[in-house]
Amino acid sequence: MHQQPVKLGCHNVWKLYGPHPERLLAGGAAPDLDAIRASGHVGAVRNVSIDVRQGEIFVIMGLSGSGKSTLVRCLSRLVEPTAGEILFNGKDLLQARPKELIDIRRHKMGMVFQHFALLPHLNVLQNVAFPLQVQGIGRAAREARAEEVIALVGLEGREAYFPRQLSGGQQQRVGIARSLVVEPELWFLDEPFSALDPLIRREMQDEFLRVQQLLHKTIVFITHDFDEAIRIADRIAIMKDGEVIQVATPEELVLNPAADYVAEFTRYVSRAKVVTLGRIAVPGAAEGAAGTLPETVRVEAVANEVEAAAAPFNVIDEDGVVIGHVTRQAVIDVLVGRGGRG
Amino acid sequence: MTWQPSRAVWMWLVLLAVTLALARWAGPMAVPGWMQIDMAGAVSRFMDWLVNTASFGLFTFKDLTRAIAQAIEWPYQAVRMALVEGWVEGRRSEARTILPPISWIGIIAIVTAMGVYARNWRLGLFVGACFLYLAVFGQWESAMVTLASILIAVPIGIAGGLVLGIAGAVWPAFDRVQTPFLDLMQTVPTFAYLVPILFLFGFGPVSALIATVVYAMPPMVRITTMALKSVPSEIRDFGVMAGCTPRQRLTRVLLPTALPDLMVGVNQVIMLSLNMVIIASMIGAGGLGFDVLNSLRRLDIGRGIEAGLAIVALAIALDRLSQAFATRRPGAAGDGARHMRWWVVLAAFVAATTLLGYVVPALQSYPEAWTVTTRSLWSDLVKWININYYDQLEAVKNVLLLNLLLPFKRFLLALPWPWVLALITLAGWQLGRGRLAALCLALGLFIVVNGLWEPAMTTLYLCGISVMIAALIGLPLGVLAASSERAGRIIGTGIDLLQTLPSFVYLIPVVMLFRVGDFSAMIAIVLYALAPAIRYAAHGLRSVPEEIVEAGAVCGCTRWQILTRIRLPMALPEIMLGLNQTIMLALSMLVITALVGTRDLGQEVYIALTRADTGQGIVAGVSIAAIAIIADRLIAAGARRTRRKLGLEPAHP
Ligand SMILES: Nc1ncnc2c1ncn2[C@@H]1O[C@H](COP(=O)(O)OP(=O)(O)O)[C@@H](O)[C@H]1O
Ligand SMILES: [Mg+2]
Repeated sequence: MHQQPVKLGCHNVWKLYGPHPERLLAGGAAPDLDAIRASGHVGAVRNVSIDVRQGEIFVIMGLSGSGKSTLVRCLSRLVEPTAGEILFNGKDLLQARPKELIDIRRHKMGMVFQHFALLPHLNVLQNVAFPLQVQGIGRAAREARAEEVIALVGLEGREAYFPRQLSGGQQQRVGIARSLVVEPELWFLDEPFSALDPLIRREMQDEFLRVQQLLHKTIVFITHDFDEAIRIADRIAIMKDGEVIQVATPEELVLNPAADYVAEFTRYVSRAKVVTLGRIAVPGAAEGAAGTLPETVRVEAVANEVEAAAAPFNVIDEDGVVIGHVTRQAVIDVLVGRGGRG
Repeated sequence: MTWQPSRAVWMWLVLLAVTLALARWAGPMAVPGWMQIDMAGAVSRFMDWLVNTASFGLFTFKDLTRAIAQAIEWPYQAVRMALVEGWVEGRRSEARTILPPISWIGIIAIVTAMGVYARNWRLGLFVGACFLYLAVFGQWESAMVTLASILIAVPIGIAGGLVLGIAGAVWPAFDRVQTPFLDLMQTVPTFAYLVPILFLFGFGPVSALIATVVYAMPPMVRITTMALKSVPSEIRDFGVMAGCTPRQRLTRVLLPTALPDLMVGVNQVIMLSLNMVIIASMIGAGGLGFDVLNSLRRLDIGRGIEAGLAIVALAIALDRLSQAFATRRPGAAGDGARHMRWWVVLAAFVAATTLLGYVVPALQSYPEAWTVTTRSLWSDLVKWININYYDQLEAVKNVLLLNLLLPFKRFLLALPWPWVLALITLAGWQLGRGRLAALCLALGLFIVVNGLWEPAMTTLYLCGISVMIAALIGLPLGVLAASSERAGRIIGTGIDLLQTLPSFVYLIPVVMLFRVGDFSAMIAIVLYALAPAIRYAAHGLRSVPEEIVEAGAVCGCTRWQILTRIRLPMALPEIMLGLNQTIMLALSMLVITALVGTRDLGQEVYIALTRADTGQGIVAGVSIAAIAIIADRLIAAGARRTRRKLGLEPAHP
């Protein structure tokens, strides 16, 4: 895969809550969890370094209280990190003056919230148009633009509804539309589907992937649901007690968990959901192949097709070069959990 | 399971025995001369200096008060013209009406329209009917005078409350500074405000308005700060992420989101203003309150009841209307264009009926010939009760007076003050350690050094008895209200009504039946202070987690056991908070019952008011506040402790 440029870089970021957090980190010290606790502080984010690349879906996964929300709020500077550096498009966000920050948020960032955070006194159209309104854009222009994104998330016809008249799923569609109305480069979603029922959640994930297919945003997506993470992520960062334990693609994570803690999550995940054809392809093009498939496709997505065909499929990389082939047997092995080469 | 008294309980039992013994054999103790301080005199001298000599360089303090008075007087006169007098040129015989006041039909149309706009036709008709009542029963003019005061006081109270409340939410330091003042303002009884205001601004409607604003504003400040702070953090974050400037964040995100809570504050300001405008008739507010006061003084029962009922009608109308506005949701009623048409029609109607008033006087003001008076009906009714049931009423009164009130009073007055101080300090120590103990001692000493011990004990007696009775009535009613939906609704409606009525109104029936004295005062206090006792008990009982109750039922508890072993103990903290509220209301009512001749701190304030003795008024007022604060802090600390014991609150907040 071609390496995309880093959109958002975050280096050695700390956020401690407590009586005198700066003192704990004075002189570049890196206290461990026990030292932080013993001094009466909470280590919400500890020494986190991650790079989010242009156009990728970067998922931050961790249990409740592991510091996900605090980290994403540091990245958007909703909370001031205690220490560290955050580079947005190569510029240090922490050095930005209030005016610049307002400007960046107005034009380059969008955020979706767990509990939707819709304004109760505005209807759908007004809610979606709100970010444009605070920029001082005229009514006709902002409402026309709002209509576009409302259509994008499939809420046409409900413009005049108020948030309380909508279901949870519909409210979050409004939240998504509102965060996209300014065409942000960087899109933060803090557990956007966690407050929804499981069925709706799945529908919304599909919806989200569809929208991303169209828009190619750079995304930081928070979730506590590992299944959700592997479903949508290009890369996942696993958080625990404020620390990032591992950053990897879903496939890597499942096949090579870096710690027991990660393995706990991955143990019951079906391999077919994460293993890509590139991983199980045998080198060399197959004679009389039934067809070609891209290397990034996950086994689950093409299992039926490969299994039904009489001949193997060739696997190509993104430049169309054949890198190997997959056999029916290899796919079945993955499906029933044999190998997939650990 | 047998009850094991803890060491603290034993200690208090012993202390109680000592207290009883002291009351029996030791008797009261005089405060030595060296301990008495003339704070009242000092305050009076300070106020004198303030009014006569204080200067800020460019202008004197007197100029300042004059300017404030002018700024309020002017709009007040304008509103009065619109509602009551009309625009009149010249005086007395040469008076010439240039513009009549808004016709009574017009005003009824306006309030009806507001009701329809805020909710529906039913509410509109109800509010209209309340105002029609005022006209039909001949209370229109007084009611409009009262309404004019409210129309001025409420916007000032809301605006001031919003500004201070926003400042408190934005700057936590500001909040920390103003909170103690707000606490004090809410515990200092109403009459105590009247004294310095009377001194600074003189007798008249302006003083009354200022007192009203001062009284009604603190809850708005508090509610505003609370409402802004309790906007969900995600919505706050959204405001930042949308790129709002700090000002946009406040005006476009926080305030609109907090609007429903703010409207609750508006309702409070309106109801408190009404309450205070009625009380402030003592310093010249006029209107319905003055009618009540006047007829109480002359024992003109019929007139008093009529004016009292008019206050009730006005209070209910204002309450329902402002509550409807508070719960009104955006998009509740049709589109804007249709609204516009309605408002135009309304304006035209009001203008037409008002102008037609030149030709048809009946449109202008409700014709006297059509008014119905119930005055003699009420007088006759009271006369009849007093003739036929005099003995029974007197008997009830005497039994309670002789067996309960007087012995309790004698007991409290017989206690030596150092012992009482020691007891409250000890209680403070037990519940809140050093700080609370010091606070209790300091506030107690304040009363002692000002030579107000006896009235303070009388206050304690009257208030204590009333609160006890209110609790005895309130708790069972609370249990009943929590036991079934229907009972809850009926009782809820009843206490809503009780809470809507201005405190003054409670005096009327009591004085009619029992005349003046401690007994009448007690009944009025109980009626006024009953509502929170019921409400909190019912709420506490209802909010016991259903699982715990079910666990009890599964263990085979009877209904009685579930009530006494599970629900009541779990609801105890809430019940204590209700008791706390009851005490606060009782103390604030105490001052008003001074009108029926009690001899407590309330009477001291009232006397100070009639003599315009600022120092005495303030010192006595603060003494009542001192009692209120001691009670409040002790009970709050006790409730916290119980909650912690029940595991409802973390041990270390
Ligand atoms: N304002 C705050 N003050 C003190 N502690 C906080 C604050 N915000 C978050 N924390 C603590 O930081 C930790 C991480 O919280 P959070 O980022 O909300 O976790 P997550 O979003 O993963 O559930 C938690 O232990 C939480 O209690
Ligand atoms: Mg979170």
